[in-house]
Amino acid sequence: MADTANAATGTKRDFLTLSATAFAAVGVGAIVWPFIHSMNPSRDVLALASTEVDLAPITAGMAVTVMWRGKPVFVRHRTPEEVTAARAVPMTDLKDPARDETRVQRPQWLVMVGVCTHLGCVPLGQKPTDQKGEYNGWFCPCHGSHYDTSGRIRKGPAPANLEVPTYTFMTDSKIRVG
Amino acid sequence: MKRYLKAFAVLAGLTAVAVPVAVYAAGEYDKPRDARFGFASLLGTFDRSSAQRGLQVYQEVCAACHGLRLLSFRNLLEIGLTEEQARAIAANVQVTDGPNDEGQMFERPGRLSDRFRRPFANEQAARAANNGAYPPDLSVMVKARKNGANYIYSLLTGYRDPPPGVTVGDGMNYNPYFAGRQIAMANVLNDDQLEFADGTRATADQMARDVVTFLAWASEPETEQRRRMGIRVLIFLAVGGVLAYMVKRKIWADLKTKPA
Amino acid sequence: MAIGLHKSDIKNPVMRWVDERLPVFTMMQKEYGTFPTPRNFNYFWNFGALAMINLMIMIATGIFLAMNYTPHTAYAFDSVERIMRDVNYGWLIRYVHMNGASMFFIVVYIHIFRGLYYGSYKAPRELLWMLGVTIFLLMMATAFMGYVLPWGQMSFWGATVITNLFSAFPVVGQHIVTLLWGGFSVDNPTLNRFFSLHYLLPFVIVGVVFLHVAALHITGSNNPLGVEPKGPQDTIPFHPYYTIKDTVGIIVYLMVFAFLVFFMPNYLGHPDNYIPANPLSTPAHIVPEWYFLPYYAILRAVPDKLGGVLLMFGSILVWFLLPWLDTSKVRSMKFRPIARIFLILWVFAFFVLMYCGAMPAEQPYVIISQFATAYYFAYFLIVLPALGKLERTPQLPESIARAVLGDRVMGGGPMPVGAAAKPMEKA
Repeated sequence: MADTANAATGTKRDFLTLSATAFAAVGVGAIVWPFIHSMNPSRDVLALASTEVDLAPITAGMAVTVMWRGKPVFVRHRTPEEVTAARAVPMTDLKDPARDETRVQRPQWLVMVGVCTHLGCVPLGQKPTDQKGEYNGWFCPCHGSHYDTSGRIRKGPAPANLEVPTYTFMTDSKIRVG
Repeated sequence: MKRYLKAFAVLAGLTAVAVPVAVYAAGEYDKPRDARFGFASLLGTFDRSSAQRGLQVYQEVCAACHGLRLLSFRNLLEIGLTEEQARAIAANVQVTDGPNDEGQMFERPGRLSDRFRRPFANEQAARAANNGAYPPDLSVMVKARKNGANYIYSLLTGYRDPPPGVTVGDGMNYNPYFAGRQIAMANVLNDDQLEFADGTRATADQMARDVVTFLAWASEPETEQRRRMGIRVLIFLAVGGVLAYMVKRKIWADLKTKPA
Repeated sequence: MAIGLHKSDIKNPVMRWVDERLPVFTMMQKEYGTFPTPRNFNYFWNFGALAMINLMIMIATGIFLAMNYTPHTAYAFDSVERIMRDVNYGWLIRYVHMNGASMFFIVVYIHIFRGLYYGSYKAPRELLWMLGVTIFLLMMATAFMGYVLPWGQMSFWGATVITNLFSAFPVVGQHIVTLLWGGFSVDNPTLNRFFSLHYLLPFVIVGVVFLHVAALHITGSNNPLGVEPKGPQDTIPFHPYYTIKDTVGIIVYLMVFAFLVFFMPNYLGHPDNYIPANPLSTPAHIVPEWYFLPYYAILRAVPDKLGGVLLMFGSILVWFLLPWLDTSKVRSMKFRPIARIFLILWVFAFFVLMYCGAMPAEQPYVIISQFATAYYFAYFLIVLPALGKLERTPQLPESIARAVLGDRVMGGGPMPVGAAAKPMEKA
């Protein structure tokens, strides 16, 4: 700064400079936000955020994979044996304890995002011929995570159970995911 | 086709450089009338009920020939429709989806995320159905014409009998606002041809105003947000400008008398 | 310079550590802090900084637009409209980019006019000027290719016409055009390469701008008097004097920019570019963007195809020779009463050409364009070389400080005629 003639003008200038600088900072913030927000999901992407699944063709023991927000969603029609197996597991055996009852809305229908909680691969186990892992649920081939018939992590590097998306039963044989 | 296109492009390049005098001269037409739309002013907003009536006019009159392919049903919430109303409009339309697990395309009722249906599969089909003329898509029509809102309004209400001595081509209609004054589209707006849900009397003029309001919104749905933000930005800059100028004066003050 | 750590004056230990190894802070301090700058700049000297800001705005908005744009003939138009409708603040980013191009040309045209009026192109700043002309040519190429990307009618036919300019050259012309197109018409390959180049060229511009600024910092800035600073009394440090003065200019510039973006975003554009490209139908009245209109008018003023193309390119290329065409020893038009009138006439001719470029190529516009074109070139090729010999100019002020501050502060004898009458600098 250049020399100031006296203290009074100096104070006034400092106050002015300060407020001008603060103003500029607010301005820069206001400019940056639209750019950052433009990278968030756009309105057409958000509009596609729900998917409907018809459950009627899925017989017990079978599963389908549907696309939701660009990710696979596993919809499995569990057999009574699978449900029993899932509910018999003591909580102490679980890395990410969760009761099977809290993971489903109706016992036979298990709906999960089919993305391994380790690093995002899609686990095997949807097709009858797939490797299902040591707990008869899903097995992630990337880094060897094993999930049980409730989609809970039992073994391997994944930290958490397969995520359950929000979904609603529109009718007995139709759900909407998202 | 390629050879044809090439020859055409070169020719177009040359003629465009030598400039389309003839076309310009042939394109004589009247200046659009000023319909004094509320949204046309610097801070104007879209009249929601007019835009909703305009949607009805579009659906019942225009949609048979003109698409609105850039608009989704979800956008209708912006002109004040409830989600149920928009869903109902969407569900009235059959949308092609698929393929399903058997590899077949199938029809299903529209959802909010679907776009408006195109009346024709492609331009050729549209021309075949319309005596060779191509009804253009209306998604951005208001910004795709000079003085777009007034132009479309004038055009829609501008049909009249040709003046003596003017012969109108086969399948053409006289309209002084259209380039060349002859247009393939016939007059489509007649008084009381439809009943507005809100009870407004459907005169031709009213329908034209409403549908133009609707199309103006469809062309530039960001308008209101843009204008609101513009006011805030300009006020912010004005205050900042005054501040900066005061700082500048202070900093420069001592230079007037000192050799730096 | 000796090998070893740089001797840094920076106090902050972290900054000092960096500065000793890579003296960026010392450099910033030298080039933008204490940099001795003539004390008599007027607001015309804002426009270099404004152009720099504008370039940064264009690159920032462009990068974010590219995240959502699809360079394919079938999707380009719709992807731009998706940006306008669905991408968060997409309309804002696109309108800033679109109007930013116009603002960039406004700013740069004023910057160039500043150079012409105050003789900033004269020795020793010839290379500085030529780098500036290079930047302008790169800007034109970038703007042209950017205008093609939305793939509207004007995009398509603009691309067709401009690429066809090259077909005017004998023998190789058609081959060049085919090469530019990557096919037999403007089509998907053309759009793809234009997108690639439109993304690349701004960074080339950044590089040349760096050279432009580097050259400026060797010779130092010109000033409204056109008299070189003779000592410390003629200069002031760049900061805070010109940083704050540039800030004032930037805010005024942003207000104009914001008004365009928020209240008349399509005013400077052409409605036909909201009609998707149609290779089978040329719009009735095609025109380039406003900033290209003068050159378009020159092109159309010549009845011969090759002649028109050559004259159009020549209208910019002649700027490269300007430092040698202007033979006057006096820099600033402030002290060149005759040349000043001719320059103002030249600016008038430029606007006349701009107007004629927007009009159909029929009389009287063609004949007016021809006269304006003749004068455009005559100014550079006849008027300036001749005036340097013929014009009588008043005595120049002794120094900037004396002209600005007057005798009262500086002491000494009477002021030279023409400089003492009024201070050069208002603030």
